[in-house]
Amino acid sequence: MSDLAEVVLLTLKLAGLTTLILLVLATPLAWWLARSKGWWSEVVAAVTALPIVLPPTVLGFYLLIALGPKSPLMYLLAPLGVRTLAFTFAGLVIGSVIYSLPFAVQPIRNAFAAMGERPLEAAATLRASPLDAFFSVALPLARPGLLTAAILVFAHTIGEFGVVLMIGGGIPGQTKVVSIEIYQLVEALDWGRAHLLAAGLVAFAFAVMLFTFLMERRFGRMRP
Amino acid sequence: MAEDGIEARFSGRLGEFRLDVAFTAPARGITGLFGPSGCGKTTLLRCLAGLTRMDGRLSLGGEVWQDAREFVPPHRRHAAYVFQDADLFSHLSVRGNLEFGLRRAGTQAATGLDEVVALLSLEGLLARSTAKLSGGERQRVAIGRALLSQPRLLLLDEPLAGLDAAAKAEILPYLERLHDTLAIPVIHVSHDLAEIARLADQLIVMKAGRVVASGPCKAGVVGGGATEDVRAMLEAQEPDVVTGLALAALMAGLAPVGSSPAFPTSLVPPRSPRLA
Repeated sequence: MSDLAEVVLLTLKLAGLTTLILLVLATPLAWWLARSKGWWSEVVAAVTALPIVLPPTVLGFYLLIALGPKSPLMYLLAPLGVRTLAFTFAGLVIGSVIYSLPFAVQPIRNAFAAMGERPLEAAATLRASPLDAFFSVALPLARPGLLTAAILVFAHTIGEFGVVLMIGGGIPGQTKVVSIEIYQLVEALDWGRAHLLAAGLVAFAFAVMLFTFLMERRFGRMRP
Repeated sequence: MAEDGIEARFSGRLGEFRLDVAFTAPARGITGLFGPSGCGKTTLLRCLAGLTRMDGRLSLGGEVWQDAREFVPPHRRHAAYVFQDADLFSHLSVRGNLEFGLRRAGTQAATGLDEVVALLSLEGLLARSTAKLSGGERQRVAIGRALLSQPRLLLLDEPLAGLDAAAKAEILPYLERLHDTLAIPVIHVSHDLAEIARLADQLIVMKAGRVVASGPCKAGVVGGGATEDVRAMLEAQEPDVVTGLALAALMAGLAPVGSSPAFPTSLVPPRSPRLA
């Protein structure tokens, strides 16, 4: 039982960390995408959306190469004593961040685009600098989008299998997450414990979706 | 008059539309900006606030906000802007909206919250969410929010256009009270001549991106210089009898007397002399 708890804890840690990192990274990116008028912003948007359509194994394959000992990235990190990130927890976080990037960018971008230029113009005429207006007006108005992004990223990271299998390998305590464990339990014909984890994920998924819809209802009612 | 008031000149394009205007406005009192829809009133107002950038020159009280070398960004102009649909911040309460500009005005705040709340009768609304306000209440809060940012210029972009007759009647007295207490220039955009006749000291008439007439209201629209062109445009815009009469009086420079039952005297009230 304790190894199951370890797997669940590791999975929650990965999902939590990924969500935190993505909210910080995706918010400025989504802001830029929502407000940029150049066509090349759509190129960037298309690149960030790639993980939606790519098979996780393709993404995992390239990540494995990029995080492996012979990649240029590792060459750059060598002075810091890092020789490889493949099959490590840090590598798993990087992979999850890239894999879930579109699930963070899309809702936040939509929220920024939906509010339009007007609240920021009103803020400017009330003496708020652009940075001030971003934090005091744009972010609070985008709250529903930020919440949706956080929920989607967290849930998506918990559910991922292909990418973690490719770059994580399933090392206990380091890269073995719930979805990998279920697969291995089934392979080992340990159906009882597979059931336990699988049913737990179903309950979790249901709770997440219910929470999301309830929040959307609340935010929806708050709008004028 | 231009020394301590507004001196503005803008020219530029927005797609098919071309703006080419120059005008001055006094340092105190309401300047009505009138013209048909699409004539560039709002664009001009946005240029004054710095929200739209066109070539030109703009100074207020001798301080340059825009010329060939300089462009003061909107948040440093202290030009408050009341939008047609109020555009209150929906994530803040009424009080939060009112305090938004006030908190950013620093220690130089001469106009206090209590003062503005009293002026616009906002006492009962402070704790409310902006979603639960009527159209008239929203505009009152928007005007209060603008005043509390301690503006040096107040821009009103058709603040009454989206309101029904009852809400208009509710707001107008507040705007009149504003007129009597404010010591800054106010530009009031409207396509409703009766509204302008009631509030403005000076009138600027625009058509197709140009100023076609301007002058003090009391002395007639353009001090006798109204062309047939302008006259025809104004009359075509406001076909109803009452405003037509108000217009005629305005252009002739006559304050109407209450002899005709078809003509409410309140349309063109005598202006207070200290603001004229």
